[in-house]
Amino acid sequence: MNQRPALDISDLPTFGHGPRSPTWWGTLGFMALEGTGFALAAGAYLYLATLWPNWRLSAPEPNHWPGTIVTLLLIVSLVPNHILNGYAKQCAIGPVRIGMVVMSLLGIAPLIVRWFEFPALNIYWDTNAYGSMLWVLLGLHSTHLITDVGDTIVLTVLMFTRHGYSGRRFGDVGDNVFYWDFVVLTWIPIYLLIYWVPRLG
Amino acid sequence: MSSADLTSERDLPPEREATTRGDLVPERDGPRDTGMDDASLHRWLARTWRTPPGIIGALSSVDHKVIARRYLITAFLFLCLGGLNAVVMRIQLSGPQRGLIGPDLYNQLFTMHGVTMMFLFAVPIVQATGIYLVPLMVGTRNIAFPRLNAFSYWVYVSGGLFAWVSFALSMAPDVGWFAYVPLSGPEYGPGKRADVWAQMITYTEVSSLAVAVATIVTVLKQRAPGMSLDKIPLYVWALLVTSFVVVFAMPAVMITSTFLILDRLVGTHIFNPAEGGDALLFQHLFWFFGHPEVYIIFLPATGMVSAIIPAFARRPAFGHLGLVLSLIAVGFLSFGLWVHHMFATGLPKLGASFFTASSMLIAIPNGVQIFCWLATLWDGRPVIRTPLLFVLGFFFTFVIGGLTGVMLASVPLDLQVHDTYFVVAHFHYVLIGGSVFPLLGAAYFWFPKITGRMMSERLGRWHFWLAMIGFNAAFFPMHIVGLWGMPRRVYTYPAELGWGNINLFISAGAVLFFLSFVLFAFNLVHGALRGAPAGDNPWDAGTLEWATSSPPPSYNFARIPVVTNVEPLWAEREALAVATGLRVDARELIISTVAEAHPDIREKSATPSIWPLLAAIAVGGTFLYSIFTPWAIVWGAAPIAITLIGWFWPKGDPEDEE
Repeated sequence: MNQRPALDISDLPTFGHGPRSPTWWGTLGFMALEGTGFALAAGAYLYLATLWPNWRLSAPEPNHWPGTIVTLLLIVSLVPNHILNGYAKQCAIGPVRIGMVVMSLLGIAPLIVRWFEFPALNIYWDTNAYGSMLWVLLGLHSTHLITDVGDTIVLTVLMFTRHGYSGRRFGDVGDNVFYWDFVVLTWIPIYLLIYWVPRLG
Repeated sequence: MSSADLTSERDLPPEREATTRGDLVPERDGPRDTGMDDASLHRWLARTWRTPPGIIGALSSVDHKVIARRYLITAFLFLCLGGLNAVVMRIQLSGPQRGLIGPDLYNQLFTMHGVTMMFLFAVPIVQATGIYLVPLMVGTRNIAFPRLNAFSYWVYVSGGLFAWVSFALSMAPDVGWFAYVPLSGPEYGPGKRADVWAQMITYTEVSSLAVAVATIVTVLKQRAPGMSLDKIPLYVWALLVTSFVVVFAMPAVMITSTFLILDRLVGTHIFNPAEGGDALLFQHLFWFFGHPEVYIIFLPATGMVSAIIPAFARRPAFGHLGLVLSLIAVGFLSFGLWVHHMFATGLPKLGASFFTASSMLIAIPNGVQIFCWLATLWDGRPVIRTPLLFVLGFFFTFVIGGLTGVMLASVPLDLQVHDTYFVVAHFHYVLIGGSVFPLLGAAYFWFPKITGRMMSERLGRWHFWLAMIGFNAAFFPMHIVGLWGMPRRVYTYPAELGWGNINLFISAGAVLFFLSFVLFAFNLVHGALRGAPAGDNPWDAGTLEWATSSPPPSYNFARIPVVTNVEPLWAEREALAVATGLRVDARELIISTVAEAHPDIREKSATPSIWPLLAAIAVGGTFLYSIFTPWAIVWGAAPIAITLIGWFWPKGDPEDEE
């Protein structure tokens, strides 16, 4: 069919940060579906907890300290995470490289503590359904933690190569910051559910 | 590609020198389409957007049309396999105490029929139609995240192969398509059959979640300039709402199947009431997915109806806004109905009443849609062609299914006919009437766009009447035999019950219905090889997919359209307004704002890559291995990580760098 030029878009930029970029929306989509997974797992836990009057099913209390340390580390990591985001928006390669190294380390640190968190639950996954749900919730979050730390390390390496100097990469750093926020935020309700909700009643 | 295209690459001008900007690597600019003549534009774009030749090239393709064609053909093959399951079951049931197949094979047959039709046919085919049409309808050059889209196809194929190879080895799931515990649990489901169910679910859901995210981002961010929310075609709205339903519903079934496989494989007790778990939790989680699933299949079909009716009624859809709001309302309400699948489990009365009310409530937006379609036809000058015939068949069949649905929403009636053929009749009326008939209409409607040729109208009419008669002959009597008390999922029945004659009639109808699909397959092949050339817009329809050639070139549109109307081709019959200024030596497309679709960024779309296939092999291998040992997740992590790094690591193309 015939065409008539009606709009010139040659001056548009070739990348954008945050909600301007499709990758940001894709990341949001995956957060939505993974968040639904978290919500349903938490819902399953609460369903069983309300179903059984003696919930925790005579299991010993978990030791909350490893979990609390993970929580503090994650919350602290939000500060450099957002400083990094600012540098990514300015496309400043030097500070972004430092920020990515810092975020890789701040991703590995809670992962190490997480290793001690599983035994601190004081119950195995096959002891009873309470134990199963604890391991499922902690496992679900650990999967996210491991994949995002892996992703962060690969991106850090990438930023030190010749491919790092590019608007697209700075957009990727921004999306990585965004996803880390998600990993931190999803942990809070799970932390409360595992360590504090059973102590309420 | 013609020889002229190949030789012409030598004539292409060299790339321009690099320019530096700020802290970034020098941005290499390339030639733009501004002022370029049509022939050179075509040569440039064809070279930039082509799928590379050879087998590796074909396996690396990220063209949404190529991926969609593969999806459509694969899903159609699974439809045939699932249909053959049904025919075998109907032959067994055609008379009392037939000895053709025993109970064990029968259990696998009905499970494979359900699993294949739901997970390997219905959801993939509606998503595949969207993968093909949505980028064309919103006026862009490829789907968002094209490599994710390619990955989704390979994961889907491996899931389907996994299920059907298991069936060939007599280890197919035999626990029904919803695989309730405790039947599917570690105590009553020995062997690997239930694990096959659980992991097949994981494959197909990973695939459809990936497609859903790609579809959402395509619709929100890649619409042609000017296509503000109120100008999005109804079909695209339907796919958008469906994709949101997928995003919030499918995780539920992944959680269900993961919990099940954990219970079976590593000894968790999530569904084990003896150790503080609960069997009904499985049903809640499953149907929290399972009911929206019905709408995941149905909503795209309503979108197809909303596309077909205006084209043949020769006027825009009546009540565009009402239709969009109905789609959104159905999407929301679909999450509030799941418990009506569980009325027979002894729920509290208040809960049951709530879900009765919500089940009846969803009939309202669906009714609004039907009245809008009828009004469009009433006010238009309908041209009855095969696609519209199937839409009329959809009205008739779906309304019957909807009415039995309202009946089943009432708890006492549901308890009476629970697990009988009445329910089987109901959901086949809803699913085949509500989804397959519109799909068949859509096949006739968009076949010319996909192949460039028309299907036979005469065979199409034969197909329609054969399908209509066969379907109703097969499924209407099931209401009656269900009310008589015939249970579903039972491999035979004694002669004394007197169900023999009606079952013979049902089986004859089923064979007729099956033959209608044989005729359809013939018409597809015949049309593709010998059909009359279609031209760009054989139905004189108004949406953007008809603005480009049939089949569309790899780059979809030589220049991105600028949209001013909900039916752009009807509004601008002289010449289509287009945007200029995109690069032609790199895969550039326009990213626009979410609500107004103002052009915002010239984004690069991903180039072909073999890595999505390798990643799918790594993921598929891990899922397969995991039905034998939980360590599969540990061993599988390395190849998955390697293939994903290969996928995302920049290769130095202009598409990677800016």
